[in-house]
Amino acid sequence: MVNNASSTADNAVGTQRVKRGMAEQLKNGVIMDVVTPEQARIAEDAGAVAVMALERVPADIRKDGGVARMSDPDMIDGITSAVSIPVMAKARIGHFVEAQVLESLGVDFVDESEVLTPADEAHHIDKWAFTVPFVCGATNLGEALRRIAEGAAMIRSKGEAGTGNVVEATRHMRSLVSDIKRLGTLDAAELFGAAKELRAPHDLVAEVARAGRLPVPLFSAGGVATPADAALMRQLGAESVFVGSGIFKSGDPAKRADAIVQATLHYEDPSVIARVSRGLGDAMVGINVDELPEAERYAGRGW
Amino acid sequence: MTPPTIGVLALQGDTAEHRDVLDGLGARTAKVLAPEHLEAVDALVVPGGESTTMGKLAVRYGLVEPLRARIAAGMPVLGTCAGMIMLSDRVLGGAADQTTVGGIDMTVRRNAFGRQSDSFETAVRLDGIGEDPFDAVFIRAPWVESVGTAVTVLGRLPAEEGPGRIVAVRQGGLMATSFHPELTGDARVHRLFVDIAKGLS
Repeated sequence: MVNNASSTADNAVGTQRVKRGMAEQLKNGVIMDVVTPEQARIAEDAGAVAVMALERVPADIRKDGGVARMSDPDMIDGITSAVSIPVMAKARIGHFVEAQVLESLGVDFVDESEVLTPADEAHHIDKWAFTVPFVCGATNLGEALRRIAEGAAMIRSKGEAGTGNVVEATRHMRSLVSDIKRLGTLDAAELFGAAKELRAPHDLVAEVARAGRLPVPLFSAGGVATPADAALMRQLGAESVFVGSGIFKSGDPAKRADAIVQATLHYEDPSVIARVSRGLGDAMVGINVDELPEAERYAGRGW
Repeated sequence: MTPPTIGVLALQGDTAEHRDVLDGLGARTAKVLAPEHLEAVDALVVPGGESTTMGKLAVRYGLVEPLRARIAAGMPVLGTCAGMIMLSDRVLGGAADQTTVGGIDMTVRRNAFGRQSDSFETAVRLDGIGEDPFDAVFIRAPWVESVGTAVTVLGRLPAEEGPGRIVAVRQGGLMATSFHPELTGDARVHRLFVDIAKGLS
């Protein structure tokens, strides 16, 4: 595939392997939303593998309403200089200039995110045109493969960010994983039909059918608020989790962050999940997704 | 002779990729998350990931001292990227409370090449794996600033003048690379390590 890989001397930067390889390094770790350098340090101390720098967590974006955009570069720089772990930041869907700005700031990963207000109703960013790797949300396999075809190096479920309600993320994970399994049962002729149904490139569909997994890491995001939520996503097939509002909208963020890191690692061990779930204080209050008006649902953004 | 069981430290990072390569070489592998898992393995791979996260979790799960004891007793260990940092006696550019296990008499600089935008791949010649250069993927990678006399340098980055940066080393049964041999489908680095674990190299 075409990409922006460029070479200085014999070193090739921004290649597919370098971008996907970065995503692989984040597996089994927790990526936490932070809005201040202080929160970034709490996240790093708790064992976060990366932080997502943003001005408002999704719960506040929901509350405040209006157009949600890329964060102020000063704010991102403040967080970048506070921690030594990788820093991610969000660009609006289709807003390739916001992505160019984030790349110029030296962020390690760009999230082309439905949590921000989409900037283009028909096109996502051409992610091959960048050196920085991208993560994109997906609610099903077709959407995931379209994002990978555009150059995404990591896929995450969309969930319903800022609700503290994991039901949408569960739906997306179940849909992605069962569609991946189903592809493995199809013969070569059927795969052409599947590619058409999924509205995804045939070569990617065939690759997933052969490997039984996406060609990039699959994480989960959206509504994860407790250690058990994180472990649920992992048992459903996520290689790790993003936690947005769930940590810093809770009673004791440092303790909850630490608990979610441990539950993500020991996701198959209920005794560990039980131990870290004790005495965590108040979780974020949460919103029932079916009470949300259509216009306030994020998972439907992106195509 | 029973083939050695090679553990993969699974605190964080791309553990599955290492196990895939080792499985492909016919080695027996096991996940190491706790001190008791360590007792069941003959050798260990410390994968890539975030060295600060890995160090913190190693402390929390009481793995640092058992790891040091096994290394002192001669257990072969391969560390890649974050794993190289974990095996180094001295770290520059780490977090203030960065914990390493140590074992290789070297000074390593963390994130030496820069942030992710500076991550790259390039061909590197390595001693002990044959003539063909190894296609090495460096991701927010460390390099080795200096090594003690007991350390053998296995590979350096190509440089315009003078010796290039050290990116692969060995000290007895301990081996470390700045890059990720688990990402390229070329099993030669792992094969060398399996030979070390079998006592053949």
